[in-house]
Amino acid sequence: MSNWLLRNVTILGAAPTDLHLADGVIAEVGRGLATGGAQVFDAAGLVALPGLVDLHTHLREPGREDAETVASGTLAAALGGFTAVHAMANTDPAADTAGVVEQVWRLGRDAGHCDVFPVGAVTVRRRGEQLAELGAMADSAARVRVFSDDGHCVDDAVLMRRALEYVKAFDGVVAQHAQEPRLTHAAQMNEGVVSARLGLTGWPAVAEESVIARDCLLAGHVGSRLHVCHVSTAGSVEILRWAKAKGIRVTAEVTPHHLLLTDDLVTGYDPVYKVNPPLRTAGDVAALRAALADGTIDAVATDHAPHSLEDKETEWGAAAFGMLGLETALGVVAEAMVSTGLLDWAGVADRMAVRPARIGRLDGQGGPLEPGAPANVVLLDPAATVTVDPGSLASRSRNTPYAGMTLPTRVVATFLRGRPTVLDGKPAESGGPGGGR
Amino acid sequence: MMRHLLSAGDLSRDEALLVLDTAAEMARVAAAPVKKLPTLRGRTVVNLFFEDSTRTRTSFELAAKRLSADVINFSAKGSAVSKGEGLKDTALTLEAMGADAVVIRHAMSGAPHRLAGWVRGSVVNAGDGTHEHPTQALLDAFTMRSRLGRLEGLQVTLVGDILHSRVARSNVLLLRTLGAEVTLVAPPTLIPVGVEDWPAQVSYDFDRVLPKSDVVMMLRVQRERMGAVYFPSVREYSRRYGLDAARMAMLPPESVVMHPGPMNRGMEIAAEVADSPRSTIVEQVTNGVSVRMAVLYLLLGGAMGGASE
Repeated sequence: MSNWLLRNVTILGAAPTDLHLADGVIAEVGRGLATGGAQVFDAAGLVALPGLVDLHTHLREPGREDAETVASGTLAAALGGFTAVHAMANTDPAADTAGVVEQVWRLGRDAGHCDVFPVGAVTVRRRGEQLAELGAMADSAARVRVFSDDGHCVDDAVLMRRALEYVKAFDGVVAQHAQEPRLTHAAQMNEGVVSARLGLTGWPAVAEESVIARDCLLAGHVGSRLHVCHVSTAGSVEILRWAKAKGIRVTAEVTPHHLLLTDDLVTGYDPVYKVNPPLRTAGDVAALRAALADGTIDAVATDHAPHSLEDKETEWGAAAFGMLGLETALGVVAEAMVSTGLLDWAGVADRMAVRPARIGRLDGQGGPLEPGAPANVVLLDPAATVTVDPGSLASRSRNTPYAGMTLPTRVVATFLRGRPTVLDGKPAESGGPGGGR
Repeated sequence: MMRHLLSAGDLSRDEALLVLDTAAEMARVAAAPVKKLPTLRGRTVVNLFFEDSTRTRTSFELAAKRLSADVINFSAKGSAVSKGEGLKDTALTLEAMGADAVVIRHAMSGAPHRLAGWVRGSVVNAGDGTHEHPTQALLDAFTMRSRLGRLEGLQVTLVGDILHSRVARSNVLLLRTLGAEVTLVAPPTLIPVGVEDWPAQVSYDFDRVLPKSDVVMMLRVQRERMGAVYFPSVREYSRRYGLDAARMAMLPPESVVMHPGPMNRGMEIAAEVADSPRSTIVEQVTNGVSVRMAVLYLLLGGAMGGASE
């Protein structure tokens, strides 16, 4: 069993201390701990956070293993500092049965780079017509708690209401991809001055906001938990703030790219910037940052969406929606939130580990970094920078919008239940099964 | 001159005027008994049309041939090429054939921009989706200047489906560069969200704009817009935004009526208007060849060529 002593590490901005990881848990925390038989890791100058938890990852397996596999995607996650990811249900076949979610969960366990928690589809084949067997997925070995038709909106109000009600039986949550389909028919980018100039069909903010408003009201009416995926507009933030003030049990996530990038990047028609929901305006970015800072938005979730070269090397209109996110998430959040003084490292830990784990009802993820807790830890160097090189990403795909960009902080090491999955910013040699949960 | 012509907005005032002046020279060639110049002999121009457009393709073809270029018409519509990897592979094929210029028409906005990243030759945007059609704007400006003697200060009114019109986008940008004042007239459903950023006025009231218009340009209403809830009926559209003889009578005496074609006679424009002396519709077609000759000449062989993008 691995046994590590992290020397002089900074935990959430406190004074440097030692962190002893043994038998999969945090054994001791304190200054000048005895080495014992542990491997010593000099962590001076490094910050320790609970292993990051992603609520929104596309691993593409089964179905599009050319773009990503569970193994490649979870390695990318580990390199990004994640110890757990939620695998979205829009695979082929869709993750709408206990069989598929168990397959994805098992692939994750076998790869061993981080824990994989499959998201179950809300409806059969994500078609928005009839509920999938949510209970069977909840009761499966994958123990699904988050359900989403992500990529499609559950736009039928009755179906959404029933889904919200039904998952109460196992403390589940419906994660809605809020997109009114009629208002976004053939939509290509944010509707505004840039779309008017570029002649691309607009994806109006109201198409997101109207669904969020409806879903908040439904969740309040039936007393259920609602989670809103990839919030992208200032108006959505206002609705969420209102709903939370009313006591409605709603949580929300924002992607790293919506915290940093804006729709004027579409000007050259490079589909690397094509994503759903689309990049919005600088005003939206400012509102999203403020909402993440004040907690109106609970979590950062990557919406890591790998796509093969041929699905992106096309006309804008023919290209797939989505961009990579796992390996750059922390750097983007550091750029958008930490460098700007909006969040400190404790805040980052809360939005990228603690709250996502709570929303997903994950035991053993999301900290705290205290004796007895599972040793899921990421060490980052806040003084370092990383220049993003698409060719050196662990993901099978290359569709990162950050190519050539220099981002603050570097993930130095990631520990999954005490075992290093990443050391010195590279995949740890040991590999092997992580044992799952 | 730039290497590509992708957007009318990329042209400076001097560059735009150079195109118009060069087009005037080219028009003299067209009037001569032998309508041919040796300028682009040995150069290859490819017409890459992913969308049917006989008039635009023919215009470019004639322009290139009058400059003695070798012309290849590459019609991608109906072939296996329809999207995606197709465009890149087509680009590589054209590259391998040694195309000096590619004239592209495509149903998707921005396709010429993508193509320009994949070929060494010049790319001319001959209409991309609902984005732009810069040579149309140039031939429109050329036509206005030859009819009215100036562009500076002209009041130009564009009427119709502004939202989906590449002609409108290119005209707004180019006319602004050349000092004309543009007013857009359409039902509010056919004005894009974000239009406030355009260098143009917007009006929903055609009759109020008519008396101060030096130029009225009617835009085609696409069949697929009818019945897509943009307006209640063809008849209502025609009543409120169509140009008939009564409305034409409200124009100042020297004003002209333009249409990029093809027209829906009886819908956005009445037959007696289209065929009236105010109409420049046939001249626009003639001028189109001269303007496209000028564009190809300047991009490929002309004195201003060679500068990078």
